[in-house]
Amino acid sequence: MKLTSAYAPHLREEDDVRKIMLDVLIALSPAVIGAAYFFGWYALFLCVSGAVIGELFDVFVMRYLRGVKNFVPDGSGAVTGLLLAMNVSTRLPFWAFLIGLVFALGLGKHAFGGLGQNVFNPALVGRAFLLISFPTYMTTWVVPGAGFWKSPADVMTAATPLALFKEHGVITSYWDLFIGNVGGSLGETSALLLIVGFFYLLLRRRVKIFIPVSYIGTVFLFSSIAYLVNPRFGDPLFHLLSGGLMLGALFMATDMVTSPVTTKGQVIFGVGCGVLTMAIRLFGAYPEGVSFSILFMNALVPLIDRYTRPRIFGEVKE
Amino acid sequence: MLTFKGGVHPPQLKEWTKEKPIERMTLPQRVYVFLLNHAGSPSKAVVSPGDEVKTGQIVGEPDGFISAYLHSPVTGKVIEIKKILHPIAGKSVEAVVIERTSDDEWMHLETGDFERMSKEEILDVIKRAGIVGLGGAMFPTHVKLSPPPEKKIDTLIINGAECEPVLTIDHRLMLERAEDILKGILIMMKVLGVQKAVVGVESNKMDAYHNLKKVFKGYPVEAVLLRTKYPQGAEKQLIYAITRRRVPRGGLPMDVGVVVQNVGTCVAVKEAVVDGKPLVERGMTVSGDAVRDPKNLIVRIGTPVKDVLEYCGGIDENTERVILGGPMMGVSITNLNLPVMKGTSGITVFLPRKPQPQKPCIRCSKCVQVCPMNLQPYLLYLLSTKRKYDEAVENGLMDCIECGSCTYTCPSKIEHVRYIKLAKTVYRATRRGRK
Repeated sequence: MKLTSAYAPHLREEDDVRKIMLDVLIALSPAVIGAAYFFGWYALFLCVSGAVIGELFDVFVMRYLRGVKNFVPDGSGAVTGLLLAMNVSTRLPFWAFLIGLVFALGLGKHAFGGLGQNVFNPALVGRAFLLISFPTYMTTWVVPGAGFWKSPADVMTAATPLALFKEHGVITSYWDLFIGNVGGSLGETSALLLIVGFFYLLLRRRVKIFIPVSYIGTVFLFSSIAYLVNPRFGDPLFHLLSGGLMLGALFMATDMVTSPVTTKGQVIFGVGCGVLTMAIRLFGAYPEGVSFSILFMNALVPLIDRYTRPRIFGEVKE
Repeated sequence: MLTFKGGVHPPQLKEWTKEKPIERMTLPQRVYVFLLNHAGSPSKAVVSPGDEVKTGQIVGEPDGFISAYLHSPVTGKVIEIKKILHPIAGKSVEAVVIERTSDDEWMHLETGDFERMSKEEILDVIKRAGIVGLGGAMFPTHVKLSPPPEKKIDTLIINGAECEPVLTIDHRLMLERAEDILKGILIMMKVLGVQKAVVGVESNKMDAYHNLKKVFKGYPVEAVLLRTKYPQGAEKQLIYAITRRRVPRGGLPMDVGVVVQNVGTCVAVKEAVVDGKPLVERGMTVSGDAVRDPKNLIVRIGTPVKDVLEYCGGIDENTERVILGGPMMGVSITNLNLPVMKGTSGITVFLPRKPQPQKPCIRCSKCVQVCPMNLQPYLLYLLSTKRKYDEAVENGLMDCIECGSCTYTCPSKIEHVRYIKLAKTVYRATRRGRK
């Protein structure tokens, strides 16, 4: 009989990091299927290869560059890869996507010390990099419903609803916005499918619910006020459904590593994201502000955490 | 239902023993009685090798204010006094080794009718009986029952939560010994001069709750239901759940007018004051998936764990962990010759579990959500590994009650409590050095 000496507690929850990552992948899958339906096989290919290559890259870095011999894959590389794929246009060539992925994981994550150490959401770091490096590819959108088997080169290009509105004052139909029948990044178009996936995460208790609620709530409030002041700014529903808001609020801002740990901090974070997103949308030169708002708020997380420390039990108010 | 904020819901694992009435274990052949069978300083041995001792005879006297009397748990002969590694103190401590030579010949305490005794007389009996908190912390009961006069105590709270998984002894005591518990409570109420006592029972022990309610009828003692949640029985959380009072940081229950005692302690107080019986035995649960015949037992203090396990049909040969106490806060031991102590509420024996390798913290914030003290365990862990002890203390390191909820729930399998305990030890040591 070999008795081990171990520290209490001697019971542990069965849950682990891999299950969390797996749940995120599962939650994103409806939107992936939607992307394949609206944008064709290349969209699906980007998503699947993003996940697979992202995870392999992670394992490669850990095993061979950082020398962790018995590294067990945790799924976080796959999540980053898939999220990055959902943040690009189908016009992005595969080689450019790969560069973005390596940049996302290499500089967005491992340069900071790997899983859990990064300040910025790696997928958004990758996206920002791609936007700067390949602006044409990244902002050329295709008309959805092109058919699964059409090659990316065959499909027609179009502006996103936000750009259409900002530049031409054209409002896209809410129904199309809701189900995703509009131009845009792979994963940002269908509010419906993203919400479905998000409910899965909610049921599995995987989400920081306060971030999406405060983020979307702020956008709603901000855009309502703007609309009342001047309808030229677009109505609240349009702002909720268009652009990357749903993807950003439900899946990017809620990234555990790069968001605050306390409820109060999460609300501040969500409100901050919402205000910045609307400020960029309404007053910026750029039609879409979700990615940059989240990245900016990521940078503030250490500060938010510091100032929202919960009051210790029995601590007297000062 | 009354409760606190935070906490976790580990599997209860109580079904192995909750239906089993308390049994008295056969007398052990040899006992090892630590001179440190309580919080505070070790007591002084007053016997030497070769001495004949009777059951209940004093073998150790208190040495200092926080210390306690120690009695021989059997009738026999003192063989030696030797140092043994104390599983809780983490260092070698002297133990009186007594070989049993016959059945019990009792040496009782002088006592009387408690209703006619003065507070001081009762306290003296409790002190001479060597009673310490049987919930696990082993704090001398007579000290707890004599708060300084400026601390006005108005409520006596009895901990019947038994929130640790596996353990069922308190549950059985509340079912089988409710009258004794009541008497113990009335005695302690008299000592403290309080008008009210409340027993908190978790909702997974409804039978015990109803039984107490029935027995308490007509007395100023109330049974209340607590939500089944770990660590519902932690002192500060229990006080908060029942009275909504928060024990201040670094403070004690008496700072909010409360004294907390465990149900087992109530029985011990009754037995000492009414029956004149010193604390030489205690109730405990012996359970877990690796023990053949799990039981609720009354065991003499000093009985080797091995003997107790043998009495329960032995343990599986694949057993991986033997734990003194419950699985959440108990201490694992590898030497089965270690003895049962006054604070040993149970012996938990587990088969091997699937290993869960540690991953980096992903800031999922589950530890923050479950911490019953509103701490940020992930941060304390990080600061501890970076040896930033002062910063850790600013963030509540010393407020941690070491309940293990954070470690239990962590998806990255980080042992927060282990690092926190270590950091506390280092901080205490260095602070002492600085002064």
